Amino acid sequence: MEVDSVPFTNSRKLIFTGLIILAVFFFMLDILLGSVQIPFSEILRIIFAGESDQTAWLFIIEKIRIPKAITAILVGCGLSVSGLQMQTLFRNPLAGPSELGITAGAGLGVAAVMLTSGSSASIYAIRQLGVSGSWLIIVMASLGSALVLSIILLIAGRIRDNVILLIVGVMIGTITLSIVSIWQYFSQPEQLQEYIMWTFGSLGGVVQYHLYALSGVVIFGLLLAFFSSKALNALLLGENYARSMGLTIGRTRLIIMAGTSLLTGSITAFCGPIGFIGIAIPHIARSLFSTSDHRILIPGTCLVGTVLILICDIIAQMPGTETVLPINVVTSLLGAPVVIWIIISRNNLRSSFS
Amino acid sequence: MNEMKPLLLTRGLAIGYKTGNRGSIVSQNLNLNLLPGQLVCLLGPNGAGKSTLMRTLGGLQSALSGEVIIEGKLLSELSPGDLARKLSLVLTEKIEAGNLTVNEVVTLGRTPYTGWLGRLSAPDKEKVDQALKATDTLGYKNRRMHQLSDGERQKVMLARALAQDTNLILLDEPTAHLDLPSRVEMMHLLHTLARQTNKAILLSTHELDLALQAADQLWLMKQNGEMATGLPEDLVLNGAFESTFAKTGFYFDRNSGTFTIHKEAVSLNIQVAGNSELIFWTKRALQREGIGMDTDDVSAPKIIISKDSGLIKWQLEWFGSSFTFTELGTLMNFLRLKMTRN
Repeated sequence: MEVDSVPFTNSRKLIFTGLIILAVFFFMLDILLGSVQIPFSEILRIIFAGESDQTAWLFIIEKIRIPKAITAILVGCGLSVSGLQMQTLFRNPLAGPSELGITAGAGLGVAAVMLTSGSSASIYAIRQLGVSGSWLIIVMASLGSALVLSIILLIAGRIRDNVILLIVGVMIGTITLSIVSIWQYFSQPEQLQEYIMWTFGSLGGVVQYHLYALSGVVIFGLLLAFFSSKALNALLLGENYARSMGLTIGRTRLIIMAGTSLLTGSITAFCGPIGFIGIAIPHIARSLFSTSDHRILIPGTCLVGTVLILICDIIAQMPGTETVLPINVVTSLLGAPVVIWIIISRNNLRSSFS
Repeated sequence: MNEMKPLLLTRGLAIGYKTGNRGSIVSQNLNLNLLPGQLVCLLGPNGAGKSTLMRTLGGLQSALSGEVIIEGKLLSELSPGDLARKLSLVLTEKIEAGNLTVNEVVTLGRTPYTGWLGRLSAPDKEKVDQALKATDTLGYKNRRMHQLSDGERQKVMLARALAQDTNLILLDEPTAHLDLPSRVEMMHLLHTLARQTNKAILLSTHELDLALQAADQLWLMKQNGEMATGLPEDLVLNGAFESTFAKTGFYFDRNSGTFTIHKEAVSLNIQVAGNSELIFWTKRALQREGIGMDTDDVSAPKIIISKDSGLIKWQLEWFGSSFTFTELGTLMNFLRLKMTRN
């Protein structure tokens, strides 16, 4: 097989096309399925013409299902790309936003906003905040993620062992969560309930300017990641080689950390901690495209992430029933086996990370 | 004369590690230079500071004092991007991204020249191809790094450095973990490259005999950080080579250019005569038994070796009596017996 220096070979183009078709298909399916049955022809009419005989259907599609599907895409792209960047930066196959406690850091940032605002300490109250509020939450959650990320990066400089770093990450996550727990302990029962609801994760409820803000930040984060792909490729050979090839390590690290924190922070603030997407999808993309080249992997993980989170969301809706499962439960159920597969199939690990 | 301008020179360089406020100096007052077209080998016992020097010259670690000047510019004032166009490295660290193809790794060497997305231009591709050809890695350019042997992997890392197209290449122990044929091949390759491309190549190594044969210049680093530089032959003849690796139980044989294990107490001295090839191997066998050859005493035992139509004969004159052997093994057994009786 001729692998040219041109990254997009024919077989890869085929995989890309296939993934785009799947993404469109599941996007439509995600809108089609729900607790209220709406005929497919009506949905097409609502999407393309913006009108329907039943105003309830119009409302459901425009105000609930489409924003939710778009949020799903943002989450799928954002979390998986931030996981990919972390795996390269730490040179650790087990790195991911939730695994290294970055989402916990974002949660801490969100909690800090609620504490200082003095109002009802519920994270669900974000949704009642105005435009400035949504930006405040994004900034604080991103700062929270950046804080944890820089602590981990500081420690990672001294630790070469992948598993030990992971344990450190879990510990820092635990510390962060305990701080949140202290705050929870002094909270009202109804606020607690809402916090626990938040930890289940939800793709719904991000509407209007919240959705615009989230889209803006996630797209910015993704662009930042894509612009760093050359640097990320150089980092594949290790920091010393990267430096000898003209990379300013400090600046590169800062850009990658900023991108990762923005993506993880903003998504976690609005949708709660969604596990396993960040760690699992980069591995699936890597084996699917059989490459480590970030110029392919970043769009690749975006597409794989989109397809898989849409599938997770469809499962979460439990088609045909009235019940809806929390999204975090579904991603964990599907994602955890992938992580086990990563650890068990040593070949897979060895080929990408040793 | 322009050609002989050094590509790299150091003035009063001190290397070492900064620990807190105090620096621990590994070596100081280094005045070194690298000329184009030269292969220079940095030799020294473990812990002498070879890696520290390589890292300092490569810009991975800052000097404690003094200057490193690369192509007329101070290393400390060069931006990472500029430095990457003047100097490339081959490091000891293992590449962890094993599912990169050889071609992808070598292509990464073009990083300092490509645009923000790393797209290759036609000249870039040409450089990559040249680097693959020069290192004889073109044949497996589509294999993945984790499928390669250590020797192949090391050649790929050299190809990557070549693709970076710099006048200076620094290699930190490029022959470590390689088997003997690969080590010889690597040294030969580096020697040819230095000559053909007029690059200056500096490598640190433990291969004393290979370095003696292939290097244009040797940098000898002693355990205490002292540095001696010069032509390999000069360093051997003026004794610098021996003193660098001075250790009890070893001695450097200037006649053969190799280190030999020798026993302290010489119990017996024997004179050896015959053709030089036969003497060489006979001496080795005698040395192992702790028998010396440094004697002018006429009464000392004598071995006369002769070769007649493929048959080798060792004639031993042992204090008045004479014995003949057709194998070194039986001769050695005989001597061992005689020595224990005395």
